[in-house]
Amino acid sequence: MKVLIVDDSTATRLILAGMFRDMGCDVLEAENGEEALKCIDSGEVHLAIVDWNMPVMDGLELVNEVRQREECKDIKIIMVTTETDIDKVGKAIDAGANEYIMKPFTKDMVLDKMRLIGIQI
Amino acid sequence: MEIITLDNFRFVADLLHQKTGIVLSDEKVYFVETRLSDLLRNEGIGSIEELIETIRRGRDAALEKKVLESLTTNETYFFRDVAPFEALRKVVLPDIIQRRQGERRICIWSLACATGQEAYSIAMVIREHFPQLASWDLKIIGADYSREVLEKAKSGTYSQFEVNRGLPVSYLLKYFIKEGDRWLLKDSVRTLTEFVEFNLLDSRYSLPTPDIVFLRNVMIYFDLETKKKILANVKNTMRRDGYLFLGTAETTLNIDNSLERHVFEDNCACYRIGQ
Ligand SMILES: C[S@@+](CC[C@H](N)C(=O)[O-])C[C@H]1O[C@@H](n2cnc3c(N)ncnc32)[C@H](O)[C@@H]1O
Repeated sequence: MKVLIVDDSTATRLILAGMFRDMGCDVLEAENGEEALKCIDSGEVHLAIVDWNMPVMDGLELVNEVRQREECKDIKIIMVTTETDIDKVGKAIDAGANEYIMKPFTKDMVLDKMRLIGIQI
Repeated sequence: MEIITLDNFRFVADLLHQKTGIVLSDEKVYFVETRLSDLLRNEGIGSIEELIETIRRGRDAALEKKVLESLTTNETYFFRDVAPFEALRKVVLPDIIQRRQGERRICIWSLACATGQEAYSIAMVIREHFPQLASWDLKIIGADYSREVLEKAKSGTYSQFEVNRGLPVSYLLKYFIKEGDRWLLKDSVRTLTEFVEFNLLDSRYSLPTPDIVFLRNVMIYFDLETKKKILANVKNTMRRDGYLFLGTAETTLNIDNSLERHVFEDNCACYRIGQ
């Protein structure tokens, strides 16, 4: 399974990338939405873990962009962000994110949410 | 941290076993020291020696209860293991609804409910998928030995950490409101539930007769005799055509072989009284 991690924090990317590699996934990393789109264009991403606040193109814009592309409709998206406002959560889901985790997160949280959207590893 | 003598440890372990059924092996000394040290701080008591001395004198029932509560493990989360809630939605509730068309009454137990996430998960499934039950007499009863966890369950209020675990975001948006940094369940869900203090060791279960019982992740703490007693009690109290869910690591095998195991998707099992 190919997982794309989109976060401008190197530390967060490191943690998430390590976690998914341990589970045997192929991991791609991007620092912002624009880079993420390039990764998505370059090949089969199954799951994207997306931060909200990033320079250049933020997470919400990215989700909107991805959901407008017919060929990307099967990509599962989990937002992992410090935004905890209920309206913001609603916005991300309306835009087409499949799940939402409020930072700080744990591995169990990510695994539980993956299971909820039908990804078993 | 405070140190406990072996003698005092064994005293506490015996008391815990006698009152709750929980078995603490001798390796659990460190666990007991940690939990009791926290309790000392909260209660303003000087040392474990002093605490145990008070309990041994047997005059402070409230303190004794707090000691025993502090030694329970209360970990739980929304939609734990997912599969039982899927089985509930797809098979168990539709069947029970069919069987109860006449009485229009359903009672579900969440035994050893800890801080209530299991009971509320069931309530959310019902609100989400069974609107026809709105006019039925329906109760989900969460029951636990520990008063502390029950207080929290009753409040229906959870931290960000807790709503992050296992709860589908669509349910968070639909059934919770945010108050400061806490998440509060809406009344539409809360009114389906009721939380009561209850001991699984009681010789008779004085709760309303259940159609469905969740008894998950608590039997693992008990010895065989206790498990037998509890399963017999549950069996005697639940409706003959009811359903019993145990935790993923728990079975009735070698405890009560008369219960029939039914396996659903994802290897999720539930138990029924042989018809
Ligand atoms: C690990 S929690 C299980 C929570 C939930 N059922 C679940 O599966 O997520 C175990 C709970 O069992 C309760 N408990 C332990 N002994 C008990 C007894 N004798 N009677 C009632 N509750 C008990 C503890 O207080 C604790 O809250």
